Amino acid sequence: MRIPCPHCGERDVAEFRYGGDASNVRPSHGSGDLKQWHDYKFIFDNPQGPHLEYWQHVYGCRQWFKLNRNTATNEIVGGER
Amino acid sequence: MAKGYSIFSLAKHALRPSEPWPEAWEKPVPKSSYDVIIIGGGGHGLATAYYLAKDHGVKNIAVLEKSYIGSGNVGRNTTLIRSNYMIGGNTAFFEKSMQLWEGLSHELNFNCMVSHRGQMTLAVSPGQVDAFARRGNTMRLNGIDAELLDRNEVMKELPYLDFSKEARFPIHGAIHQPRAGTVRHDAVAWGYARAASQLGVHIIENCEVSAILRDGDKVVGVETSRGKILSNKIGIAVAGHTSHVAAMAGLRLPVESHILQAFVTEPVKPIVHHVVSWGAELFYLSQSDKGGMVFGGHIDGFNTYTQRGQFHRIQNVMECATTLLPFMSRMRLLRHWGGIQDMTPDGSPFICKTPIDGLYLNGGWCYQGFKATPASGTTFAYMIANDQEHELTGGFSLDRFEKGKELDEYGIGNWIYKQ
Repeated sequence: MRIPCPHCGERDVAEFRYGGDASNVRPSHGSGDLKQWHDYKFIFDNPQGPHLEYWQHVYGCRQWFKLNRNTATNEIVGGER
Repeated sequence: MAKGYSIFSLAKHALRPSEPWPEAWEKPVPKSSYDVIIIGGGGHGLATAYYLAKDHGVKNIAVLEKSYIGSGNVGRNTTLIRSNYMIGGNTAFFEKSMQLWEGLSHELNFNCMVSHRGQMTLAVSPGQVDAFARRGNTMRLNGIDAELLDRNEVMKELPYLDFSKEARFPIHGAIHQPRAGTVRHDAVAWGYARAASQLGVHIIENCEVSAILRDGDKVVGVETSRGKILSNKIGIAVAGHTSHVAAMAGLRLPVESHILQAFVTEPVKPIVHHVVSWGAELFYLSQSDKGGMVFGGHIDGFNTYTQRGQFHRIQNVMECATTLLPFMSRMRLLRHWGGIQDMTPDGSPFICKTPIDGLYLNGGWCYQGFKATPASGTTFAYMIANDQEHELTGGFSLDRFEKGKELDEYGIGNWIYKQ
């Protein structure tokens, strides 16, 4: 699998680290709602299909970015900064 | 249908090769309703159905399998069994599994080729020897076999490892569990399927569940590719696709689906007589009875349902193999494949009730699904039959993250991303 880094261009997946579901919204700072924090931290939609996710270009620019990938095929639709 | 397998049935079929062996399990047409439906005809689902019929007297059971028996992870793992766990909640459960493995071939009247060849986990620093001593002591306090070996003892048992002065990860010792070993995984699927079928369980292959039907907060049945089937008790045992099936009942789970690769080399004469695993990296290897080295390492590291592994992980696992066992550099890789497994935030499974009445969950097995098969079946059957937790699975609940009761065996938190 090759991943298009929005800063460095297309590179092998070996240069990147996966960082989880990017559609999960982090609760606002100081929010004390434990259920919301639990769901943010531990619950995944884990879809078989399109998935918006975080990746970090560890062996390149070290920037975090979002990637739109199909988990059923590993087809990459696009990345965003 | 085949009844008992024995030396006499073997002789009969050897002498009359024109008579084919009968089907090992029946292929019934699905009925319109059952007392219990198990979704997933893998090792765990078949074992659950078997123990439900045998231990709890439930006769009207269906196991729904979307493909054929043996097509999923029960036939894709590296066949290892062990019970070298340390924290409460895991220790007794996996030891129960080990005890069930010990008698499984007789129990099922099917040769599962259970081999207690022992597992050697190699320590690569003095600190790791100390950590292994602690693990071993905890195991022994729980009645599990474990012994600590020093470098010289390891050298005697595993002379083919890299003991040179230049070794990148010098071997300081090992923890040995003599009863650990390997099991022929296909035989586990076939053996449970045959034994369950003989007890009247309907094993329905090529039957994919597409919807879980509910009446308010209760389950009432499933919609499948072979029609609607009703039941008030449904067990999900589809690890790898747990999120997908649970979503049919409106559940969101602490599970991500990841790919784990496995590898086998060309067969050679016997050299590796144990299961060998490593303290420097997640790496495990055994030699099959056919002679091939069967081995694996980490998951690829990102969620996917493709069953196609990435090259960087292949390279990483080969580097582990050749660093630990220099002779592996002269072996040729025969095959590699991938299986999709549930990864949970603490690396431990779920055997639990769900917020929906009559819907039971078995999943989240991470790297350890195969070795858990018999205990998983026993305890999940108990839960479905009695609508209450088995004493061994109290820690495997869905709400453990809310309660701060993670079963974090390796003490590294969310280990999905720690590689």
